[in-house]
Amino acid sequence: MSGSAFPVQGAGRGIASPGLALLALLIGLFLAAFLVIPVVTVIFVAFQPKGSTGFTLINFVDFFSTDLFRRSFWNSAYVSLMSVVIASLLALPLAYYTTRFEFRGAALVQTLGVIPLIMPPFAGAVAMQLLFGRNGTVNLLLDDWFGFKVPFMEGLNGVIFVEAVHYFPFILVNLSTSLRNIDRAMEEAAQNLGCSGFRLFRRIVFPLAMPGYVAGASLVFIKVFDDLATPLLLNVKDMLAPQAYLRITSVGLADPMGYVISVVLIVASLLAMWLSTLALRGKDYATVQRGGGGTVKRPLRGIDRVLAYGAITVVLVLVLAPHVGLFLLSIATIWSFAPLPDGYTAAHYARVLSESGQYITNTLIYAGLAGLIDVVIGSAIAYLVLRTGMPAGRWLDYVATAALAVPGVVLGIGFLRTYFGVTLPSGQSLAAFWGMIVLALAIRRLPYALRACMAAMQQISVSLEEAAQNLGATRSRTVRRIVMPLMLSGVAAGFVTSFATAAVELSATMMLVQTQSDAPLAYGLYVFMQSPAGRGAGAALGVIAVVIVGLSTYVSNRLVERDMAARSEAKE
Amino acid sequence: MTALLQPVGIDVEGVDLAFGATQVLRNVSLSVHPGEFFAFLGPSGCGKTTLLRLIAGFNVAQKGRVLIGGRDVTALPPWRRDVGMVFQSYALWPHMSVARNVAFGLEERRLPRSEVAGRVDEALDLVGLRHLKDRKPSQLSGGQQQRVALARTIAVRPQVLLLDEPLSNLDAKMRVEVRRELRELQQRLKLTTIFVTHDQEEANTICDRIAVMSEGIVQQVGAPMDLYDRPANLFVAGFLGTANFLEEGGRKVMVRPQNVQLGAEAATGAFMISGAIVHREFQGATMRYVLETERGPLIVDEPYDPGRSPYAVGSQVNAAIRPERLVAVA
Repeated sequence: MSGSAFPVQGAGRGIASPGLALLALLIGLFLAAFLVIPVVTVIFVAFQPKGSTGFTLINFVDFFSTDLFRRSFWNSAYVSLMSVVIASLLALPLAYYTTRFEFRGAALVQTLGVIPLIMPPFAGAVAMQLLFGRNGTVNLLLDDWFGFKVPFMEGLNGVIFVEAVHYFPFILVNLSTSLRNIDRAMEEAAQNLGCSGFRLFRRIVFPLAMPGYVAGASLVFIKVFDDLATPLLLNVKDMLAPQAYLRITSVGLADPMGYVISVVLIVASLLAMWLSTLALRGKDYATVQRGGGGTVKRPLRGIDRVLAYGAITVVLVLVLAPHVGLFLLSIATIWSFAPLPDGYTAAHYARVLSESGQYITNTLIYAGLAGLIDVVIGSAIAYLVLRTGMPAGRWLDYVATAALAVPGVVLGIGFLRTYFGVTLPSGQSLAAFWGMIVLALAIRRLPYALRACMAAMQQISVSLEEAAQNLGATRSRTVRRIVMPLMLSGVAAGFVTSFATAAVELSATMMLVQTQSDAPLAYGLYVFMQSPAGRGAGAALGVIAVVIVGLSTYVSNRLVERDMAARSEAKE
Repeated sequence: MTALLQPVGIDVEGVDLAFGATQVLRNVSLSVHPGEFFAFLGPSGCGKTTLLRLIAGFNVAQKGRVLIGGRDVTALPPWRRDVGMVFQSYALWPHMSVARNVAFGLEERRLPRSEVAGRVDEALDLVGLRHLKDRKPSQLSGGQQQRVALARTIAVRPQVLLLDEPLSNLDAKMRVEVRRELRELQQRLKLTTIFVTHDQEEANTICDRIAVMSEGIVQQVGAPMDLYDRPANLFVAGFLGTANFLEEGGRKVMVRPQNVQLGAEAATGAFMISGAIVHREFQGATMRYVLETERGPLIVDEPYDPGRSPYAVGSQVNAAIRPERLVAVA
């Protein structure tokens, strides 16, 4: 990632104290124990003959000569690519129209566009099934009116559809940022030379926004490739992540196939990241641009206007569909073979709140602890990298960021394999201890929290710290009195983001949950959704998850806004 | 360029322009003559860039017209106006090479490929950068980027050339060099050119005429020396160089610091004033004194003469101003 791009700032340059060295060492040990060793173990086992030691490729030969695995591999690749295509089709008009034109409700559209992210994709899956499935609302109506059905949700289509609707905001957000950051003179210069309309978009706007698009698209690809719960809930088993899960849970920890699939998942993630880096090489356009202002929005007229509002309405309906569906399901008595539920009830919520309070409590504890670990480690690494120039800091940054390439399933398998043999004083296996779920969540979310902490620290002018040191504050007192207060809101936003995404994470958790009483909300939701009778309660739990994550996201945005407002006031 | 176009004039007639509640241009009218190097000069926020962008078609006025070569272009979008603009940030497209940047406008005009290549080379020759045609903008220095931006604009042989603070991103030495080149190029191409700047020295040194702007109003239009010697009002007088303002016979008059003589005997007809020297600043070619007089502070510049000892701070001196050096200002 961009770790090497940070110049070391300030007076602390090149100074290593014993305290800082100890800090770096502790973080290093943490990352080694819960990221490097589990992942290396998984890779190691994939290259070992079953039940013995040594090096072999036989497991990979087995993998590629088994029809089911080959099919799973191509299915995963196909689903991921198609999800990127569909997600791009959803994101592009939204991003372009809202950043380039005077647009009624542009802010609303951008906000609504991010809504899918505040719901676990597998929760949306069931609702989508009810709305778009073979006997779902849309197809029943289509059949009634026109006498045909569209297989939105059949087999792989369903996974693609759900994943695209869920993950397209990654493209939307990145692309919108890119579009907004283009110096308006770039487009005006083209207009001045006679270029307009679609040619302007094709020749200037899109190439300049390419970095944002590629970043978003590769993220979507990786997320879909690694997703476990969505295909499982849609009963699609011949994809890679579900296969890894099924092998480990049904055949056992000794079966090499789970590990081979893990290696394939990691390689695919790395490949996607590498390709996107390659595509972006030398395209850091922001540095070339200077002066000029932001975007000027143009008025939208005639046919453009019709097209724009049309495209956006379609996308927004799709975006809101899973939420509406989930909510309807959570208050429905019976809903099947009918466009809408037969009747309405609050019983599901009553059931969830009386029976499943544990799920909610567990989630708040797990996600809270994971978020806390993340911001503590994230701030520490940010300080080591940005303020001390210790080479160790840079390495910690690389390793922590590398967690991006580790799919949740792989981390889960790694934890199981590494720590299953370790027993706690209580006689329980360490791998079955609930704390491991927290650690897995923390590792999974660390890269994002780390970026937030880095950003927060980079915004602090080094001269503020130097002034404190000049007035007699030691390094640690400077950190406590100057750096920490100034970073607070940025770090808080990082915490909330970690918390919110950890609250609905399922792929690593699914491998690690050993008892019902330790299960978090996402797992409970998955269990409920397995049986038709549990769907109403599952949906109610899903709505609660959406509310928790939605509130957290809102809080995080407010924190960032308040911080920015405070900064701009300070400048004036 | 081989084929010179007949230069055309630009007329702005009664333009009012507001962004929301902010009135940016107020009843602006001016005429730029064919082939002229013209400057919009004023402090930031005076509306000079807005006026330039109005001519290029990026801003739309609430009232008034813009004519280029006598043709009303007020309703035309930017891509139909055929005015070349060089942006303050240069706006070179980072995803295209220098040659592709320069070729862009020619391609948009659907010129045959062979002609495009020839005109790209021609334009790059004009700014002396043909050897860098395969570079990316990020591989060029600021001065080179500025020249590529200029080449890109003149490659399409626009009717008029608009320059938005083209020197502001260059260092001081480069600025002097480039502004001379700009002037030479403009003379060679006989291209009607408008140059936006907040730097009066830039405007004075290379422009034929200047429109001084403030608060969305054109304060005065004229040749640099006319504006300096006969400013129409306080703003123009103060913006173009240092000025002393005095009351004389019930009207406001202006005198430049170098037009005041110190230590002079009372001369017939001369306007006399006396005061104490409160500041002295050595400026190289001149010595600047600030006098405290009964009519307020007075700034005086005297040629620096190493053979003569300067007045000391605190000394009382007489100052004389010849009446023809007193200029009435509104």
